[in-house]
Amino acid sequence: MAIDVEEVTGSTPSTTTRTIHVTVNGVAHRSTIQNRMLLVHYLRERLRLTGTHIGCDTAHCGACTVLVDGTPVKSCNLFAVQVDGRKVDTVEGLEKGGKLHPVQEGFHLEHGLQCGYCTPGMMMASVALLARNPNPTEEEIRRGLSGNLCRCTGYVNIVKAVQHAAKKMQEPAKGGA
Amino acid sequence: MYPPNFEYYAPTTLDEAIGLLDQHQGEAKVLAGGQSLIGMMKLRLAQPAALVDINRIPDLSYVREDASALAIGALTRTAELGRSDVIRARYAILADAGREIADPTVRNWGTVGGNLSHGDPGNDLPACMLALNAEYVAQGPKGRRTIPARKFYQDSFVTALGPSEVLVEARVPRAGPGSGSAYSKMERKVGDYATAAVGVRLAVAKSGAIEGAGIGLTNVGPTAIYAAAASDFLNGKTGSAADLEKAGELAASASAPVADNRGPVEFKRDMVRVWTRRTVAHAIARAKGGA
Amino acid sequence: MAEAIAGGIGQSIPRKEDARFIRGKGNYVDDVDLPGMLFLDLVRSPYAHAKITAIRKEKALAVPGVLAVITGADLAAAKLAWMPTLMSDTQMVLPTDTVMFQGQEVAGVVGVDRYAAADGVAAVEVDYEPLPVVIDPFKALEPGAPVLRPDKKKTDNHIWHWEVGDKAETEKALKNSAVVITEKLYIPRIHVSSIETCGCVAQVDAMGKLTVWMTTQAPHAIRTVFALVSGLPEQNIRVISPDIGGGFGGKVPVYPGYVIAVVAALTTGKPVKWIEDRTGNLTSDSFARDYHIEAEMGATKDGKLTALRVKTLADHGYTDAAANPSKFPAGLFHIITGSYPFAAAFVEVDAAYTNKPPGGIAYRCSFRVTEAAYTIERLVENMAHRLQIDPAEFRMRNFIRPDAFPFKSVLGWTYDSGNYGGALKKAMEMIGYADLRKEQAEKRKRGELMGIGISSFTEIVGAGPSQTFDILGIKMFDSAEVRIHPTGKVIARLGTKSQGQGHETTYAQILAEELGLPADAINIEEGDTDTAPYGLGTYASRSTPTSGAAAAMAARKIREKAAKIAAHLLEVSPDDIEWKDHKFQVKGVPEKSKTMADVAFAAYTNFPKGMEAGLEATDYYDPPNMTYPFGSYICAVDVDKETGQVKIRRFVAVDDCGVIINPTIVDGQIHGGLTMGFAPAMLEEIPYDADGNNRAGSFLEYLLPTAVETPKWETGKTVTPSPHHPFGAKGVGESATVGAPAAIVNAVLDALEPYGVTNIDIPLSPHKVWKAIHAKDAK
Repeated sequence: MAIDVEEVTGSTPSTTTRTIHVTVNGVAHRSTIQNRMLLVHYLRERLRLTGTHIGCDTAHCGACTVLVDGTPVKSCNLFAVQVDGRKVDTVEGLEKGGKLHPVQEGFHLEHGLQCGYCTPGMMMASVALLARNPNPTEEEIRRGLSGNLCRCTGYVNIVKAVQHAAKKMQEPAKGGA
Repeated sequence: MYPPNFEYYAPTTLDEAIGLLDQHQGEAKVLAGGQSLIGMMKLRLAQPAALVDINRIPDLSYVREDASALAIGALTRTAELGRSDVIRARYAILADAGREIADPTVRNWGTVGGNLSHGDPGNDLPACMLALNAEYVAQGPKGRRTIPARKFYQDSFVTALGPSEVLVEARVPRAGPGSGSAYSKMERKVGDYATAAVGVRLAVAKSGAIEGAGIGLTNVGPTAIYAAAASDFLNGKTGSAADLEKAGELAASASAPVADNRGPVEFKRDMVRVWTRRTVAHAIARAKGGA
Repeated sequence: MAEAIAGGIGQSIPRKEDARFIRGKGNYVDDVDLPGMLFLDLVRSPYAHAKITAIRKEKALAVPGVLAVITGADLAAAKLAWMPTLMSDTQMVLPTDTVMFQGQEVAGVVGVDRYAAADGVAAVEVDYEPLPVVIDPFKALEPGAPVLRPDKKKTDNHIWHWEVGDKAETEKALKNSAVVITEKLYIPRIHVSSIETCGCVAQVDAMGKLTVWMTTQAPHAIRTVFALVSGLPEQNIRVISPDIGGGFGGKVPVYPGYVIAVVAALTTGKPVKWIEDRTGNLTSDSFARDYHIEAEMGATKDGKLTALRVKTLADHGYTDAAANPSKFPAGLFHIITGSYPFAAAFVEVDAAYTNKPPGGIAYRCSFRVTEAAYTIERLVENMAHRLQIDPAEFRMRNFIRPDAFPFKSVLGWTYDSGNYGGALKKAMEMIGYADLRKEQAEKRKRGELMGIGISSFTEIVGAGPSQTFDILGIKMFDSAEVRIHPTGKVIARLGTKSQGQGHETTYAQILAEELGLPADAINIEEGDTDTAPYGLGTYASRSTPTSGAAAAMAARKIREKAAKIAAHLLEVSPDDIEWKDHKFQVKGVPEKSKTMADVAFAAYTNFPKGMEAGLEATDYYDPPNMTYPFGSYICAVDVDKETGQVKIRRFVAVDDCGVIINPTIVDGQIHGGLTMGFAPAMLEEIPYDADGNNRAGSFLEYLLPTAVETPKWETGKTVTPSPHHPFGAKGVGESATVGAPAAIVNAVLDALEPYGVTNIDIPLSPHKVWKAIHAKDAK
């Protein structure tokens, strides 16, 4: 596992900063940050993982959804200090070894995105939904993604994208050993 | 939409947490899920000098039933309520609410303790606990005490919890035979606070008479409301259409809504009436073995 | 039949642009990160109308990390405190003495990061002296109302009056009509609320060149406006519109934040980023709609429509900053005769100033077309009910007939093509109209409330022909520049700017079809004013009708030259070459042919003597007419009598947007458009209280639908090509938003017919439906 250490130069330990250890997409980071830094800004501005977006500031839109220890949370409604010692997964970690995650493939092939802004959060929520419920009904998909707003698609093709991924993930692994 | 800075503590024991709260003399806030608190801090409506994050304290997240009660640990995420087998089987009101609080992502992080102790009349769980006649276990510098839910909510965002106390557990009287419960939330969309919401708990005796009825109301007053008259009225009744209608009317009288974008006062009162009637019917159906 | 070219017109190929979005590698404006970049945040007014008596910067400047505080006085020194609007009104960048709406920008704070800037905003001290607030536009026009714009030497709050049609003839026709109905409809303020808010990064380099990455749907026009306002030479301004997280009209205007960021970059010498938060977005960015409409409609006893008269009051907020073609202060509202051949019509609109934010943008609709379609389709339905004629049958009797096109409407438009009855018939079949009516009759007997509503709308998009359409004098053409590389690969740049519509795919498909090269060999670029040809941008469903047409025309110019090269290669006369089956063929000898790729190589390696090298063309397309997409939507609802809650059980949308480039993308546009028709019909509104407080300043109160509330859309198509567009397309991005609201409201009112309710203003919140039922119950 790669280790990426970074610290704010010149910053001295104080009561309003903290050094955290976070594993993001499998990479361990050690960072000293202000206590008030939101997780979304830590990901976007400190780690330059800009796939996670900000849409509403009030935990309604879900564009900032990431997984913390496998559970989807709204990263604009969480301080980065809260994930000290935890694992965070973002959209950038979905593709593995040049192979798209079935959810990414579903969103692409079923036209589950238009402007693309809600897409990373929507996909992370979908990944978690399928982990808990591998074969969801349409109602379960709609309920399960109701913490994420999309302004472009009318959700029809997002539902299809998740169904595509569900089917794909249930196919027995093909090929050799 | 960025909060001022603050001191941050992540204690690993309750005593340590309480010590930190005590030391800050009301200037510190408990951070559990933070799903309400962080939003208020971003708006600078809340500007605590310090946050005491209790998430690293072990053994605060559990749902377990013993001979006398269902005990729910304060750090239990609200999403767990909708997933717990014991809750789904015997305390359906909490499972219903656990599928209606905010949205599914927020429920993953928001906690039962936070929902109960924040004192927001729009939170869904307080009305359930009022209906269930639950007790809250609070721990403070002087040790533990038990506060009845029906005495806990004093005004909007004002509760019986002291500044150095942490709500650690909710205790719901064990569901007896023939009991049934339900929570109905009328909301404009997913993620909204209720236009009106009603929680009902009751039991139906072999004779067919209703016993131990409790009705709680969400977001139709300065606090969650225990509709005492409506609850008392139902005891001993059979749950006829007329009984349900009367209970609805009594619950509506107990509500004290204010007008907002969700509608005018008379509309909200009427929604309390309608949803009380429907939810009592649902609870009775469940008590008799229905879903 | 010729073999289809890979990715040509009519094929549902997956989108090219997805590759970056699904990996989290999109490049939105907030992703732009420059060395030394500073951050701008804004102080906003808590008052709707107040005099500013003092702004004190000291405490803010003492906050760690705060570098500058910019006020109206600072801007006034550079003559930048005010800026012109697209409707030739004036708008404050920052106020020098008075704030005009709650949420208005009052000062800018520049900090080393966004947290420091926010701390600075909290520390700026502003003294306000509240002034009387004018919120109701009717009251704004009453004598004695406080005059909001004395700076314009106004003596009242009336902005303009606009009318079209024959007033006397309409008066006469209404008098002579056997039946006349009147309805007052209010279409409230709503907000596009793209999930990405607005923002920019402004940078000035050592050569004095200003580069602005910004969320704009119209980068070229913005560059020109910046040049005119700032006095900077236009070649030293580069506007880059990166990936945009939804536009819907909200990213057409120039907002104060952009200008303040540019000023901050010029004064600090550092790059400055401004990203508005959602509350700023909802309380100060352009609103849509806010039309108070009174409409009268006449008909004969046997159900023939005769005349339409519409009087409207438009609430524009404190300045008219609508995004309309300059000659049309009320947009294209006079498409209001819709799908029907009225013999007489008269429309008038008056505009008023109030203490609300400016705007009057589209919300996913060609200029004020939703207002028009909603009005006509609501009244047609009411008239059908009044005459006791089935609303579908009533429309069928009254539609403009398919053989009447091109059809000249009484208010002056020339509809290009249509088959309105065909679309309605298809929608009725898809939803099972007759069975639904039967079910409804049975339910009504049992006292259950079920309703069916129809909307058979006509859109007007693709602005527009240069003789009538301009924005601040710039004609509304659009452009494409196409270059074919030696290996037969293509780069094309266009004057529009996608915000999710999928231009990188659909433009490539147009060019694939026209050039005979596979779509995956064609790259599309938009949004950088240094590289793309000038264009007016993407809004009002104009990209396919204008830039799409320009792409086809540029490709055809290339084909003319390419044919000569092919003749050279095949050693025949150019007259003997024809373009057939996506190849250059010797007439009558199909085995003797050259592909476009062959020709492209030759254009750089083996071209005829006397010919210029290369293979490229540019086209600025001036559309000869607007295009007129149309459709018929049918909605079935169940209404909970006790709670007023509406459940949309079915919604069938049959659209006709002419020739379809990519069916999957078109369906996606319609799904999204329907959702943005549903949202204002059922959920969204920005209400103001009497003190001018915005009561929907976050997504807690401004209710964007989730997947749970959104109906499960069912779509169908008919295809009636546009006769004047190069390949028969019409534009589709907004049809559904225009058409859907009337179908939904008509369905709910149909359900409430037993109560005699003829209107409930949108959004149809449960409490309004409940009230309508109870008001009638009481009688």
